[in-house]
Amino acid sequence: MDSKNFSQVGRSVTRIDGPDKVKGNAIYTDDMVMPRMAHGKIKRSPYAHALINNIDYSKALALPGVLAVITGKDAPNKWGIVPQTANEVALAVDKVRFHGEGVAAVAALDEETAEAALELIEVEYEPLPVLLDPFESMKRADEVLIHENEPNNILHQGEQLFGDPDQAFARCKYILEKDFYTSYVNHAFLEPQSSLASYDPQSEQLQLWSSNQVPHYLHRQLSIVMEMPMNKIRVTLPAVGGGFGGKGEACSSDFCAALLSRKTGRPVRVTYDRYEVFVTNKGRHPCYMKMKIGLDEDGLIQAVDFDNTMDGGAYAGWGMVVMFYTTSMIHLPYRVPNARANVRRVYTNKPTCGAMRGLGGVQPRYAMECMLDELAEMMGISAYELKMKNAVESGYRSVSNLYVPHTEYKKCLQTVVENSGYLEKHGKQPFGKGIGLAGGYYISGTAYTLYLSYKPHTTVLIRVDTEGGVTVHCAAADIGQGCNTVIAQMAAEVLGVHYEDVHVVSGDTELGTFDLGSFASRVTYASGAAIKEAAGQINEKLFEVAAGMLNCRADQLKVKDRYFTSVFEPRKTIEWEKVVDVYTNTVGTLTGIGHFSPPRLKGIDLTRGERVQGANIGHSPTFGFSAQAIEVDVDVKTGKIRVVKVTEAGDCGQAVNPMSVEGQVEGSIMFTMGQALYEEMLLDEDGRMMNACLHHYKVPTVMELPEMNTTIVDSYDPTAPFGVKESGEGPVQPTIPAIVNAVYDAIGIRFTELPLSPEKVLKALKEKQEIKGKL
Amino acid sequence: MKQQLIQLDINNQIYEVPINNRDLLVDVIRKKVGLTGTKKGCGEGDCGACTVLVDGAPILSCLTLAVSCQGKKITTIEGLADDQGNLHPIQQSFLDHGAVQCGFCTPGMILTTKAMLDKNPQPDDRSIKRGIAGNICRCTGYKKIVEAIGASAKKITAGGIK
Repeated sequence: MDSKNFSQVGRSVTRIDGPDKVKGNAIYTDDMVMPRMAHGKIKRSPYAHALINNIDYSKALALPGVLAVITGKDAPNKWGIVPQTANEVALAVDKVRFHGEGVAAVAALDEETAEAALELIEVEYEPLPVLLDPFESMKRADEVLIHENEPNNILHQGEQLFGDPDQAFARCKYILEKDFYTSYVNHAFLEPQSSLASYDPQSEQLQLWSSNQVPHYLHRQLSIVMEMPMNKIRVTLPAVGGGFGGKGEACSSDFCAALLSRKTGRPVRVTYDRYEVFVTNKGRHPCYMKMKIGLDEDGLIQAVDFDNTMDGGAYAGWGMVVMFYTTSMIHLPYRVPNARANVRRVYTNKPTCGAMRGLGGVQPRYAMECMLDELAEMMGISAYELKMKNAVESGYRSVSNLYVPHTEYKKCLQTVVENSGYLEKHGKQPFGKGIGLAGGYYISGTAYTLYLSYKPHTTVLIRVDTEGGVTVHCAAADIGQGCNTVIAQMAAEVLGVHYEDVHVVSGDTELGTFDLGSFASRVTYASGAAIKEAAGQINEKLFEVAAGMLNCRADQLKVKDRYFTSVFEPRKTIEWEKVVDVYTNTVGTLTGIGHFSPPRLKGIDLTRGERVQGANIGHSPTFGFSAQAIEVDVDVKTGKIRVVKVTEAGDCGQAVNPMSVEGQVEGSIMFTMGQALYEEMLLDEDGRMMNACLHHYKVPTVMELPEMNTTIVDSYDPTAPFGVKESGEGPVQPTIPAIVNAVYDAIGIRFTELPLSPEKVLKALKEKQEIKGKL
Repeated sequence: MKQQLIQLDINNQIYEVPINNRDLLVDVIRKKVGLTGTKKGCGEGDCGACTVLVDGAPILSCLTLAVSCQGKKITTIEGLADDQGNLHPIQQSFLDHGAVQCGFCTPGMILTTKAMLDKNPQPDDRSIKRGIAGNICRCTGYKKIVEAIGASAKKITAGGIK
């Protein structure tokens, strides 16, 4: 296929699920009703750390309308998205480790009865000391262990060495070392988790409908917890109301619904309320980071030293993967020839942290982009010049063996600087007004399954016949990002039909073919590769039939806009549908199947050729890039920061649906602006969350919407299917440091702790004035 | 608890529903009437996803007692397209401008917009923002929603559509 001569790819089209969504017809899990359906509710712990000595639910079970009660002992098998560190259970067994952890669940005929029954469950707790700070947690591990088999209250720690950073620092002319802290934030997707399970005792089959973004991993975890073979379990995604990583693993609601359904022989639904969404969390890890960067006299980065203590909360979750992502992220988007990372992910008695949009990237990117801003100032050059000097180019291989086949990062930086007038504005505006520049990148596709397996990460089956036209079977998870539309566009492109002609069956482990799920910005790339293979097989057969019908050679045909046409004799042309009709009538339904396996690279230190633990995490077939210039107004009286304008330029490869890409970029920026300025989950000294609601946990509203100017830079990755890359996690990366750099430009204060609340700004302004007064 | 039978006028159709006095409108609409287009994102009046129109005014159905809506005209998202199934210009504009991602805030956002445009058919960007300030969207970053509303206002005014 000609690289850019597309008809379906590259068009802004309306989402295929759009009409149902604007009419209110889209069905989410909590909208479903089944005959005899019961309602499940979970009883939650009022202690952040306690032994469970006894649970007496006899009174609850006696309440009329109550069908069943379960506790952790009904399903004690441990689950976890990362099997090496699996330590979660459906409901707590013997011990609770965070305030709000589930201890029992009830199924009843209606929700009110289920709620009333929770009050009748008597739990005897023996409170234990509560550890809320990761440093205290490590220090007091001899006295209090959160997990008995995890010494020092540390899930995992990693040490990575690439090249010789000490020697490199000795050669450096400019060295900067700083501490940074990022806050404890939640995804705040709008649809609370909901799970509807239906177990059939006769066939011993379980079907689970769930608000989830990784149906395959959920399927595996259900198999472990339910002690059922995977082929007796089917996971189906109805419409999903946002995920952002928070639905990137199984949820207690899934297990409770399944267990209660098996126990009652009825369909059971468990839907969380907003409080439960917050206290079960799995949001971004607060990080306590130390970073040291050294530049030579020309401003070229010689070494980076990174130390990170991550507050992981009560359980493992995605923790180990996120931890190694933070180390991987220091190797791009700049050339870093020598690096060291010392990282640890620590248990505390808090709701667990996990995967959140741009996982592992946001924290080190904040540190690095702010420090490069400061280093540029030390050198007396602009941050733009320093970043351009160090930016990677296509074909770059990092010292950690990350390979970047293609990048337009420099073009992103240039575009943003030109479109924003950064060089004209920076340092030249009145006190209180500032502009900041930052860049970033993210993986596009993931390189490994989370458990040891060599199977393809994505399989796509395309069926073509007179009955269904084109049907694409896959198991991608459309959580709102719009992958079903993009899948239809890519399949239509190869088959020579229109995207409206394609039916997409996705988000189902039985009707769909295998897919790992929506995370690591992998779906467009992986599905695209599998679609190309599957559709190619179909074209091969249809081209032969069309050639026979047109009396010409198959290799002289092209297919486009629902017609097969001879390249040499354009008169010879025939409708796609007629060819399919002949094929179906003579042979039958036509299918093609395609697989995608990402390339595997070793995580090694290239200077020594030695394997480095965890260095393979963060590998990816390609990478997306983004640069942002953000302008702020700081009100020096109130301490309030207002983001006035965001100028962005992104390299997402070939945009399949540009309107959708813009939506991803704009959404990424607002989402992350929340973490920079407002969002933070607050716990009291007993570990109880004080702002577990959308009133006190402040996400951006439309009133905070700045002027936004985003550009999709011209890009095409020749190694990628259709030239694509990611667009929904790269643009998350630069937002925080661009804001923080802008605030420095505005008021001369470099903030190293998030969020930049008015209190912090006022305090810093006061301190600055006091220092000035003393001078 | 003792139930009583009430009549609710939803989308110009009368529904007789058995309710408890403390039943919230959102739950009655979703579970007893079965119109699940109205969404429940927080249950505490913070997110705006449950917005419906009562006598043309946007209200948070998660903070409203169903019993208090007797004799009033309730409009849910299902009542916005015309009788032939054609989309309302606001719905069409949300589609055309990419203002929908996960779709969970969409019904509330569109109904809030409807009420706003009924009152102020030609709002500027600032009025649009004020109008939907109580509706949280976590996916789109709002930009395309504001654009969609602006475009639909122009279309409605030009076409004299109600």
